[in-house]
Amino acid sequence: MVTPDDVAYIAKLANIPVSDEEKQQFAQAFAETLTVIEELRELDNDGILPTHQVTGLKNVWREDVIDKEKMFSQQEALINTDKTYQGFFVVSRVLEEKDV
Amino acid sequence: MSKLNTLTLQQTLTGLKQKEFSLAELYQATLEAIDEKNKELNIYLTLNNEALKKAEKSSNLPLMGVPIAVKDNFCTQDLRTTASSKILNEFVPQFESTVTKKLLEAGGVILGKTNLDAWAHGSSTETSDYGRTLNPRNTDHLPGGSSGGSAAAVAADFCTIAIGSETAGSLRQPAAWCGTVALKPTYGRVSRYGVAAMASSTDSPGPIAKTVEDAAIMLNFLAGFDSNDATTSSQPVPDFTAQLGKSLKGIKIGVLYQDIAGLEMVNEQLEKQLSVFKDLGAIVGKTPALNPRYAISVYTVVQRGEVSSNLARYDGIRYGSNRSHFGAEAKRRQMLGTYTLSAGYAGKYYELAQRIRTLFIEDLNHLFEKYDVLIAPTSPGFAKKIGVTKRAAMFGELEDMLLEPSSLAGLPGINVPYYRDPETNLFLGLNFITPMWQEALAVQVADAFEKNTNWNTWRSKS
Repeated sequence: MVTPDDVAYIAKLANIPVSDEEKQQFAQAFAETLTVIEELRELDNDGILPTHQVTGLKNVWREDVIDKEKMFSQQEALINTDKTYQGFFVVSRVLEEKDV
Repeated sequence: MSKLNTLTLQQTLTGLKQKEFSLAELYQATLEAIDEKNKELNIYLTLNNEALKKAEKSSNLPLMGVPIAVKDNFCTQDLRTTASSKILNEFVPQFESTVTKKLLEAGGVILGKTNLDAWAHGSSTETSDYGRTLNPRNTDHLPGGSSGGSAAAVAADFCTIAIGSETAGSLRQPAAWCGTVALKPTYGRVSRYGVAAMASSTDSPGPIAKTVEDAAIMLNFLAGFDSNDATTSSQPVPDFTAQLGKSLKGIKIGVLYQDIAGLEMVNEQLEKQLSVFKDLGAIVGKTPALNPRYAISVYTVVQRGEVSSNLARYDGIRYGSNRSHFGAEAKRRQMLGTYTLSAGYAGKYYELAQRIRTLFIEDLNHLFEKYDVLIAPTSPGFAKKIGVTKRAAMFGELEDMLLEPSSLAGLPGINVPYYRDPETNLFLGLNFITPMWQEALAVQVADAFEKNTNWNTWRSKS
C-alpha cells in the first residue's frame, strides 16, 4: 500500500515538486507497478548473487594528472545559464540566518 | 538511378568515390525529402544549417561527408541537444559526445538531431515534450522508441544512416516498427560519454541503418575503449564486416519464445522464415528459455533506480531549467526509483531484481552452450496506433519484453525486418542475439538472412 503521504515524502527525497492530484495518481501507479514487481518472488533465487554490472571490470583508474582538453574555461562553463554573479554560478541558499 | 537519399551507406560511399554524383546532389535530395515531410512526421527537432559546408570539407575522410541523423540525447558541440525534454530546451553543449566525435573524425556529418521519448523514457516517441513522431511507413502509427526519430529518419530516407541508443529495446524496437535495421552493440563496446544517461548499466549507443552491412560499417567507426567512460572495454575491436558473406553451414540457431502467450501472430510469421536459415546450411532448433515476462519487472526496478540517480543532476543551476519542468513520465520514473532504492526497500526490490538479473544471464549462458545465435521476434506485434501510450504506465516495458533479458545481460543484438503486411505497410522485426563481443557473428547471420529474403525490395516502397 502506497499512500499520497508516502508519495509526498519520496517527492521530497527526489527533489521533485508534485501537486496534490499527482500525489493521488502516483500512489496508484506505484501500487500497480510494485504488484508487478512482486511477481519476481515466483522465481527461486536462494543463494543467487545479484548482478550490478556486466563488464567484469574492476577498479578502473586513470593517472592523477590534469588533462586540459577535458576542462572548460570559466567562460565556457557558464555559457548555459543566465544565473551568474561575477563569473560564478548562483545557487539557492541552503543555510538560513538565525538571530542570536 | 533511384533517388540519392534512398541509397544505402555502402552504395552512397561507392557512388561518391566513383563520382557518380556529388555531395551537393546527395544533400539536395535528402533536404528535399525533409522539406516535404518533416513537418508532418516530426522527425528532426534541430537541423544543422552548416551540414553541406561541413560535408564538403570531409569528403576525403572514410565517411566522405554522408548525412547522419543523430538522436537528440547525444551532446553535440554548438548544436542544441534537448533529450526531447523542455528542461534542456535551450541547452547547447560545450563538448562533443564520444560517439559524435568519432563520427565527425571519420568524416560523417550530423545533418540533424532526432526526436525521442523525453529522456529516452519510453518505447513510442509519443512522450516527447516536442510532440510525437509518426511512422513513415504508415502515419496512423507510432515509430516506436525511444530512438523513434532516428528509426523514422532512416525509413523516410531523411539521412543515409542514423545513430540512436538503447537501454533495453530503444534501438531495435523502433527499427522493427519502422522496418529498418538496428545494431545494439555489447554493453561497453561503444562509449556512453556525452549521452544523456538513462540506465547506466545497460545504455548502449549504436547505429540504425538501411542494411545490416551499413550497420556493421558504422559500428567500425563507433566502437572502442574511451578514457571518458570507465565502463568501455579495452577488448580489441574487430572488423565487424569481416564475416559478411561467409557460409552459415553448421551454425546453430536457437529460436526463443515459441511458447509465450500473445506471440502467436509474430511466431506464425517467423515460422515461415525459418527455412531461409536451413537452406543456407544452418541448424535450427526451438528452445525454451526463462519467461521474459520476469524481465519486465527486473528492468523496471533497475532502470527506475538508475534513472533516479542519473536525473538528479538536472538542477537547473549550471544548465537547463529547474526540476518543475520534468514531464509526468520522468517524474514517475525518478520517484519510483527513489522509492525502491530508499532505506528499507532497496533489499526488497533492487537486490531482488538484481538477483533475477543473474538468473537471466545464467539462462542465456546456458543456451549459448547449445547454440551460436539466438533469434526471436523483436516486438510482440506491429507498430501501435498513435495515442496508445495514454494511461499505460508500463507500455514500453511490455513492448520491449522480448529484448529485456539480453539487454540486462549486456549482449549484442541486431533487428532485421522479416515480414511486411501488404495492407498496412507495417513491418515485423527479427532479433539476432550472440554472446558478448560477438557482434560480427550476429552481423554475418543477420546479413545472410536479409539478403535471402525480399527485405531489400520492400525497403523503398513507402
